[in-house]
Amino acid sequence: MFTIPSFAHLTDQINSCTDEDIKRSLSAPHLSTQDLAALLSPAADKHLEAMAERSAEITARRFGRTTQIYAPLYVSSFCINRCSYCGFSAGNKIERRILSLDEAEAEAMILHQRGFNHTLLVSGEAPAKLGVDYLEKLALRLRERFASISIEVQPLSTEEYARLFTAGVTSVAIYQETYDRDIYDRVHLAGQKCDYDFRLETPARAAAGAMREVGIGALLGLADWRAEGLSLGMHLAWLRKNFWRTALTVSFPRLRPAAGEFQPLCEVTERDLSHLIFALRIFDPDVGIILSTREEARYRNGMLGLGPTRYSAGSCTAPGGYSDPDTAGEQFSIGDHRSIDEVCTAIRQKGFDPVRKDWDAAFQL
Amino acid sequence: MKITCNGETKEITPDTTLMSFIRDMDLNPDTVVAECDGRIIKRDEYDTLLLSEGNLLELIRFVGGG
Amino acid sequence: MLKIAEKTFRSRLFLGTGKFDSAETLKKAIEASGSEMITVALRRVDLNDPADDIMNVLDRTKYLFLPNTSGARDAAEAVRLARLARAAGSGDWLKLEVTPDPRTLLPDPIETLKATEELVKDGFIVLPYINADPILALRLQDAGAAAVMPLGAPIGTNLGLITKFQVEIIIDQARVPVVVDAGLGAPSDAALAMEIGADAVLVNTAISIAGDPVKMAAAFALAVEAGRAAYEAGLGKKSSEASASSPLTGLDFIKD
Repeated sequence: MFTIPSFAHLTDQINSCTDEDIKRSLSAPHLSTQDLAALLSPAADKHLEAMAERSAEITARRFGRTTQIYAPLYVSSFCINRCSYCGFSAGNKIERRILSLDEAEAEAMILHQRGFNHTLLVSGEAPAKLGVDYLEKLALRLRERFASISIEVQPLSTEEYARLFTAGVTSVAIYQETYDRDIYDRVHLAGQKCDYDFRLETPARAAAGAMREVGIGALLGLADWRAEGLSLGMHLAWLRKNFWRTALTVSFPRLRPAAGEFQPLCEVTERDLSHLIFALRIFDPDVGIILSTREEARYRNGMLGLGPTRYSAGSCTAPGGYSDPDTAGEQFSIGDHRSIDEVCTAIRQKGFDPVRKDWDAAFQL
Repeated sequence: MKITCNGETKEITPDTTLMSFIRDMDLNPDTVVAECDGRIIKRDEYDTLLLSEGNLLELIRFVGGG
Repeated sequence: MLKIAEKTFRSRLFLGTGKFDSAETLKKAIEASGSEMITVALRRVDLNDPADDIMNVLDRTKYLFLPNTSGARDAAEAVRLARLARAAGSGDWLKLEVTPDPRTLLPDPIETLKATEELVKDGFIVLPYINADPILALRLQDAGAAAVMPLGAPIGTNLGLITKFQVEIIIDQARVPVVVDAGLGAPSDAALAMEIGADAVLVNTAISIAGDPVKMAAAFALAVEAGRAAYEAGLGKKSSEASASSPLTGLDFIKD
């Protein structure tokens, strides 16, 4: 079982690091979580340029000069949880929709025609309305057209993940949102999501269910980003040790304006986000780092090659939004409105290769 | 009566037990493991197991090794 | 304290008992080494020299016997030797050694994995000897091995820790103790293995063929302690300023 120390403990660990610790951690060939704490510390703020350089160097060596492209496909905005920060929270009066299998397939075909080969199926958590049967059927329909299908839905059991893997789902994203138990309890007011531990064990269940890749993450703007970063690092290290066959990704979506008008509990600047990305890249050279369209085009362009390895593009966060751009009921408002072609052009201009296809359904049993 | 022990032919009398054979060879039964016709013999069986014509006996002990 | 399976050890130096000039030297070397676990092999009794019995000098009350399956060329032979060893009263502990090539004595990964799976099911506490292959180490741990024993260099070569890079990966990924076994030729090799985080080392040839094996055993014991203490103290990492070998990344695009 993965366990995490209290945020107070993690914050102490981070704040006790000195300038010497940071210099050593920057050049160490293997980093411990103590090194990660040093890199995340306030004392490391002034070393941002050096961290960027090291992060860029490691990313290039491990991933080459490439960035993988994907698009999210929102299939349902129904949700039984009440999460203060989310547009889909059960308490919000928004237009809710669940796509039929035909509608979802139509949305997927639009993505396919636009040139996407990797898609992330996203839904609110409403198992009675959208469960494993639906996902299984949708995956079977889409697997011939997409090189890989990921899901970001309610936590499932190992057996359910294994079933979906057989249907063609290869990757699962499940974010703890915040690793701080107190804040977690504060912002998750009702629904299955209130169970912190059940959610925390989900990446392990997905890996045990033979998923090729598992994505973890934290929503920035809830608890202290430095301790979230350390928590993510510890979670990654634990998953690597116990599920060595599973590829891992990490994502740090920053809270964006959404229905419900939740105000972030703490400020996380672009500089902070960059700091977090560089620290995690240096700590874990092999982890995929996702930077979504929550961030603005200017920022995403600048970060190319410095740590992130996977970008979404042309995203819509309302179910049915690709077929009908005027669809209401989005989960959050996007920061980068560029199309896939525009994003790929920008990537190429910076001297990188936008990878629209990395894997193939034919490799999948 | 002939048996083979560690690849060598040995002549024994018909009522020889494994224990008496081991002792006759000047071996310590406590530090010798015996395998007869491919079957490992338990120590408490040494006294009761009667050897028979054509038995393939392997007597093995610990030696120095890395 | 080192823990393997349910047993704890104060000494992180394990000793091989082969190639010594006499039983007497072996006995003194074991004492000088402070070792709490020694390996032994199984061989046919020499019917022409029945008194040549290593058990005359080895004291089972003082250290744990770890029989090895040296001589086994495949899983079937290894399993047979394992069962013979257990019948000899050595308990369930086993050093699994499957070495089909008598010239190099390098371990067969496939037969080792096969044998481990079967022996674990049969209740053995298996310590497999392997080349420093990180994936193989993971597979053996998944199969229930109580430790993994990657080689520093082939048996008897005394070349030292030539597999350092791979052993570091094994140590980083391991969920069970890692015992570096074979090829450690000098106490400094053993110290290095301990400094990089190995849980223990197994040494045989370097001690048994030394000019003074008893003194060498004591030297190895000191080296293992020094290496372990250094590891626990946290070696100062080599620090260097990040050198600008490539143009500065330029973080001006960041807004705040």
